[in-house]
Amino acid sequence: MSQASNRRLTEDLLRPMQQTSWRFWTLVLFLGTIVAAGLGTWFYQMYMGFGMTGINNPVYWAFYITNFVFWIGISHAGTLISAILRLVNAGWRRPVTRCAEVITVFALMIGAMFPIIHLGRPWLFFWLIPYPSSRLIWPNFRSPLVWDFFAITTYLTGSVLFLLLPMIPDFALIRDRTTGWRHWVYGKLALGWQGTTKQWHRLESAMQIMAIAILPVAVSVHTIVSFDFSMAPVPMWHSTMFGPYFVAGAIFSGIAGLIIAMATLRKLLHLEDYLHPVHFHNLGKLLLMMSLLWGYFVFAERLTVWYGNEPSEMEVFWVTQRGSFAPLYWTMVVCNFVIPFSILSLKKLRTITGCVVASCGVLVGMWLERFLIVVPSLSHKYLPYAWGHYRPRPVEIMITISTFAAMMLLYTLFAKLVPIISVWELKVGEHPFLLNVEEDRREHELWTTNP
Amino acid sequence: MKAVYALYAEARDVQRVFHGLLAAGLPEREIVIISSDPIEEYEFSHRDHATWMYWIAAGGGLIGLLAATWLTRMTELAWPLPTGNMPLVTWWPNIIVMFEMTMLGAILATVVTLLITAGIPRRAAALYDPEVSDGKILVGVENPQDDLIAKIEQALALGGGADIKRV
Repeated sequence: MSQASNRRLTEDLLRPMQQTSWRFWTLVLFLGTIVAAGLGTWFYQMYMGFGMTGINNPVYWAFYITNFVFWIGISHAGTLISAILRLVNAGWRRPVTRCAEVITVFALMIGAMFPIIHLGRPWLFFWLIPYPSSRLIWPNFRSPLVWDFFAITTYLTGSVLFLLLPMIPDFALIRDRTTGWRHWVYGKLALGWQGTTKQWHRLESAMQIMAIAILPVAVSVHTIVSFDFSMAPVPMWHSTMFGPYFVAGAIFSGIAGLIIAMATLRKLLHLEDYLHPVHFHNLGKLLLMMSLLWGYFVFAERLTVWYGNEPSEMEVFWVTQRGSFAPLYWTMVVCNFVIPFSILSLKKLRTITGCVVASCGVLVGMWLERFLIVVPSLSHKYLPYAWGHYRPRPVEIMITISTFAAMMLLYTLFAKLVPIISVWELKVGEHPFLLNVEEDRREHELWTTNP
Repeated sequence: MKAVYALYAEARDVQRVFHGLLAAGLPEREIVIISSDPIEEYEFSHRDHATWMYWIAAGGGLIGLLAATWLTRMTELAWPLPTGNMPLVTWWPNIIVMFEMTMLGAILATVVTLLITAGIPRRAAALYDPEVSDGKILVGVENPQDDLIAKIEQALALGGGADIKRV
């Protein structure tokens, strides 16, 4: 790679950090206002009590748990996809990985907040942590909620480190190109990184191990989230296929989230030279595959329930197929299967716009899917006298909207502070594939024998 | 810190200088090569490849597994919590906690090994030049013996066109 193209690449990728337009501040202000409103609403809910929400007997889980499952699913965009692409050494991953890994970290943070928001007394969330307290309260390791705690903690720790480690060389790069307080801050973040051959080898080995370790963790996280449901004897929940069904859905929504994030960054940060149509084309193919897999799981689940004809399950089945939840159910099918399949199966339509349209549909569809797993089953339990209704209240709607704004705000701020595309990884992708080691060895022998 | 170094634009020049420094009698471990991205195509970058990191990660995983086994089994016995029809020590659910802590152990061991073996965070002054971030490759020797400096400079000049610097 020539020095000129090296410099151009670095300048292009660092430009968004060095230039700040009024649009950036307007966006931050707009999103920040929504997030502040969401926080205010949460405090209001804490002050007034859970009666402010639509959650009531028998539907004790609703919007908040839907959001929890949805955001944990979105988190599968990053680390999982990035780890797979790293392990198979897919060259096209280089501009994609960091965009994806950031989604994981922020989506996990937001997702992990929902069980806390859902607690009546959120300030006691630390009771989940196994520590010997004076009350002799100890977490019950047989509770899926405690499994969630361990799984999400592991995944969040792993994902944050998986994101941070490859950022160290980029921090060093920024350190060398800034002055004043920025130089000081990025210097601290760079941890004294030099870029010696040993450091590069160790970093690459660490990333390889992290990729291997994080894959089963990612799969386990959403499997455990599915256990929150499948361990309960509730109609349509107590299913052996919930684990893989949830994991597939998580990867599906994760890829959709990644495509939308990449397209937005490409447009706003002018990264057209680095995020090429081929990246969207490849991710579009992955999205199509996941759409088909999702369709397969839904069909398998529905067929098994219908064939079993168990009365309590059939109540939930029919209320979603042609009852009060049917409009949401069929919207979900259209968004998750009909739209992605009809757009992405045609090569001509697998463009950036096509992928973004399909992804928007998938995000809507997957949120509805989570909602339709939670609410219809709880509102139609075994005995008809225990049936009930759920209608979301403004508090829940506001908090839900604010988490989407929080995701966008965190992403915007991150892209302002850190190169959203890994500079050094992109440079590696530009290396000519010389690999002329034998010739070098001969030259070395020549020098050592006859300097 | 005392050092002699030069900056090169091309990795091929670095390879030539690397051979020259070895021929000048410098041990391989004393030659410092710094770049803004990993260079895999040349012989000089193939050193320092061997690492125990994979085994250490496995060891970290094992520690995590043992810790989780202790945490779940010991505490289930110390604070008995009868639930449904389950035994006090419930291995099936415990496996989930044990698995997560195994992976957490492996991940943390990997990161700690990286930090230690890569020598970060570094507080002491180390050989570096900000021009590396422009794509230049630095080749140098830290704290060289005085009688070797002339030979080192001679070897660094083999790269051609590079300014030899002393700090």
